[in-house]
Amino acid sequence: MTKLNSELKPNKAVGDRLPLIDGIEKVSGKADYTADLDPRGALVGLILRSPYAHADITKLDISEALALPGVAAVITGDDCCAPFGILPISENEFPLVKDKVRYRGDAVAAVAAVDMRTAKKALDLIKLEVNELPAYFTAEEAMAANATLIHDDRTGNFERKISDEFGNAEKGFAQADLVREESYHCNEVTHAHMEPHAALAEYDVERDRLTLQSVTQVPYYVHLMLTQCMSMDSSKIRVIKPFVGGGFGARTETLNFEIIACLLARAAGAKVRMKLTREETFLTHRGRQETTIKLKMGLSKAGKILACHATVIQRGGAYGGYGTITSLYSGALLHAIYDIPNIKYDGFRVYSNTPACGAMRGHGTVNIRFAFESLLNSMAEDIGLDAFEVRRENLLPDKFETLNGLKALSYGLPECLDWVEKASGWNKKYKKLPKNKGIGIGCSHFVSGAGKTVHWTGEPAATIIIKLDFDGGITVFTGAADIGQGSSTIVTQLVAEVLGCDYGRIRVIANDSAITPKDNGSYSSRVTVMVGNATVDAANKLKDILLEAAAGKFQCAVADVECLGEAYQMKDRPDTALPFQNILDVALIGSGTISVKGTYFVPREYQGTGKHRGAAVGSSPGYSYGVSAAEVTVDEDTGMITVDNIWVAHDCGRAINPLSVEGQIQGGVWMGMAQALSEETRYHDGLHLNPNFIDYRFPTIVESPHIEIKIIEPGDANGPYGAKEASEGALSSIVAAIASAVKDATGVEITETPITPDRLLDAMDKQARKLHKQGKR
Amino acid sequence: MANNSKTILKLTVNGEAREDLVPPNILLIDYLREVVTITGTKSGCDGGECGACTILINGNPTLSCISLAVSQSGKNIETIESLATNGRLSILQQMFHEKLGTQCGFCTPGMIMASEALLRKNDNPTDDEITKALEGNLCRCTGYVKILESVKAVIGDNARVRV
Repeated sequence: MTKLNSELKPNKAVGDRLPLIDGIEKVSGKADYTADLDPRGALVGLILRSPYAHADITKLDISEALALPGVAAVITGDDCCAPFGILPISENEFPLVKDKVRYRGDAVAAVAAVDMRTAKKALDLIKLEVNELPAYFTAEEAMAANATLIHDDRTGNFERKISDEFGNAEKGFAQADLVREESYHCNEVTHAHMEPHAALAEYDVERDRLTLQSVTQVPYYVHLMLTQCMSMDSSKIRVIKPFVGGGFGARTETLNFEIIACLLARAAGAKVRMKLTREETFLTHRGRQETTIKLKMGLSKAGKILACHATVIQRGGAYGGYGTITSLYSGALLHAIYDIPNIKYDGFRVYSNTPACGAMRGHGTVNIRFAFESLLNSMAEDIGLDAFEVRRENLLPDKFETLNGLKALSYGLPECLDWVEKASGWNKKYKKLPKNKGIGIGCSHFVSGAGKTVHWTGEPAATIIIKLDFDGGITVFTGAADIGQGSSTIVTQLVAEVLGCDYGRIRVIANDSAITPKDNGSYSSRVTVMVGNATVDAANKLKDILLEAAAGKFQCAVADVECLGEAYQMKDRPDTALPFQNILDVALIGSGTISVKGTYFVPREYQGTGKHRGAAVGSSPGYSYGVSAAEVTVDEDTGMITVDNIWVAHDCGRAINPLSVEGQIQGGVWMGMAQALSEETRYHDGLHLNPNFIDYRFPTIVESPHIEIKIIEPGDANGPYGAKEASEGALSSIVAAIASAVKDATGVEITETPITPDRLLDAMDKQARKLHKQGKR
Repeated sequence: MANNSKTILKLTVNGEAREDLVPPNILLIDYLREVVTITGTKSGCDGGECGACTILINGNPTLSCISLAVSQSGKNIETIESLATNGRLSILQQMFHEKLGTQCGFCTPGMIMASEALLRKNDNPTDDEITKALEGNLCRCTGYVKILESVKAVIGDNARVRV
């Protein structure tokens, strides 16, 4: 008979700083990423990319390439009949182009060959002839009257025009004591996840089955698009996600190389491995679009924001992608951070002959937030108000519904402000630091998962399956894509919290469409809340089964059973305690293997009102809030900015894993800092000028400051144990914080990112001339 | 044909003496990943940009993606796979795991090998010495904060012996 430790207590897993459950593989080199998968027997897949930015294809001859010994397949746009795209309303991309190329790097043809040398030679043998068309590299050029259309069905080269007004902005401006309008420009940035794109596709000719392993954040959407583009029955496709080396949104839609690898595998009747170069990974892009923002704001003397009007033009690149959603996000999330009675938004998503943009960490919110927070800081100064005070004038209530129908049950912005103000020493520093040093702040927010998915089916927002068998092992099956953010660790902690059991019992099996339940994937910071809630639901069902078995064993009511995690007993009767396995044995009698399913549906009122077009975008079960402060030193001779310190407070509802929340906030704020300081893709006539880590600069460890963190935990009734998102919300606040710190240091108003040394020197020079003219040297 | 000629390469990889027939132009990273078939060493860029492929050659941190395999004749190569002993993580690996010095994990092998090289030469490095040693290793997830904490956790009182 087992004697149990009388001190046995349930595992309190929520709030535990548990290291990543797959961390051991990562630090030991055992983690297999897509490029590490067994390549035996695999052909090498390569893509022929367009050297033209915009052109009609007049001839594409693959015959010589096909005839080359060692070449197993050569495919073109003719080999795929259906387009793909993440939004059903703009599926306008083919894995390999049909008739026309739209950017330098567009995929024209692909080969599968026995080795790299043969594959490269085959690419050289493909003959491409074109009629070049006028190409547009800025939104302005593409929008010009009579511009050639990049997509025939998109007049004016607009993917989408949005015009929304909530309240009456003009009326608000009329009541304001101070109205200002400024223009801001954010250059394009990209995710630059450390793992280059890769895919391994295997086609089983005998069974007409396809298996794809890829670097995706959204295996389910990849599965959908393969079904469509391969014209295959979805039951014959299997999508597996191995370890993924980061994503940040780059992999939140199906990417052309994933489909190309599968098309090649089918054409060759074989296994095909594609490893994109870093340059190709840059060209595949889907990053944050170049954006021009005209922002008008009206403030009362007391600092109340009475109205704002934002006009946002986004250069979307060659294909639709997430574009419409990006543009809608920029407008929708003008709301839900401050209490603003009148908000007008005009959004323009424009096609251009550059690589397609998409979702990047802080989707649609980062550039507009930079503009908004910068202007708010500047106007606060104009009316003699402190940056913190002006924000306190505009707070929302703890529970709110916005003018555009976004609802939330928690709002930690006030606590974030309080902490950052104090921790940063703001009151002793702002306008008081020595010459060339400055401090600035910014605020931001983000959704915890989109209230409504892009492919609306009526299914749950998330599903989890848990299996418990004779061995006492608890296996959690999830489709949630762990891309390094730690989703499988959060799932583990939630199961351990509900069941109170040891972590050692729990295994997570993730991302194999043949095994795990469907999940929409890792985007819009949905996983902790949606998959987390489904996990809690499943774990509770499992616990009910065990409690019932224990009640049967003890011959008492279920309510009189106490779960200690690794043991069960009658309430307050330690003498009755039986180990987990004994209770499990009872539960298995007459039932066998236990399997439970948990689901989560976003409550209807958190899916948007449906009252205006695009109303679902921005809706969410909850919003995270972040405030950050940056202290900088500017070298006035070189224009170089050093960020000395960053303080950031983030309301994530409740930190299920504080260690991992800290990591997300630090990484997010750092990424925002990189956008503020140095990141920028550059093109010349559509040719990508910096598709590598030498020329596309982001800070190294030497240039990265310490980031002081405070997690704010108001708890949110919609989240699992109160949790909300923790990764994206903090990013956008820091861009304006740095820009405002530079202004504090130099007196120069910053309106363009990144604030490179040359831009800053130009701006300082302009400022000096202006002051000189005014006789204020 | 000169193209098809191969060379016998003798060297030590993770303590094991090896003799392999390799093409003269094969990069060290490809030799490790494709010939030795250990894939812990990662390729994150098109050559010499990111540091993910950092390995040790005779104890010196080196980018295996811009090193020729045949130039390493007689040398001692150490990769991330060499650090654990009998399946037990080294203290440095353990700290990267416990302190969340790894998120997506792709830069991690290179980051750990660069740190390992530093710590062998200097068991009590300052923050500046650590950042200097890791300046060629890019990470996109962590903002480097917890990477620095992971390396620091190995220093001084935190004896490098794991029980």
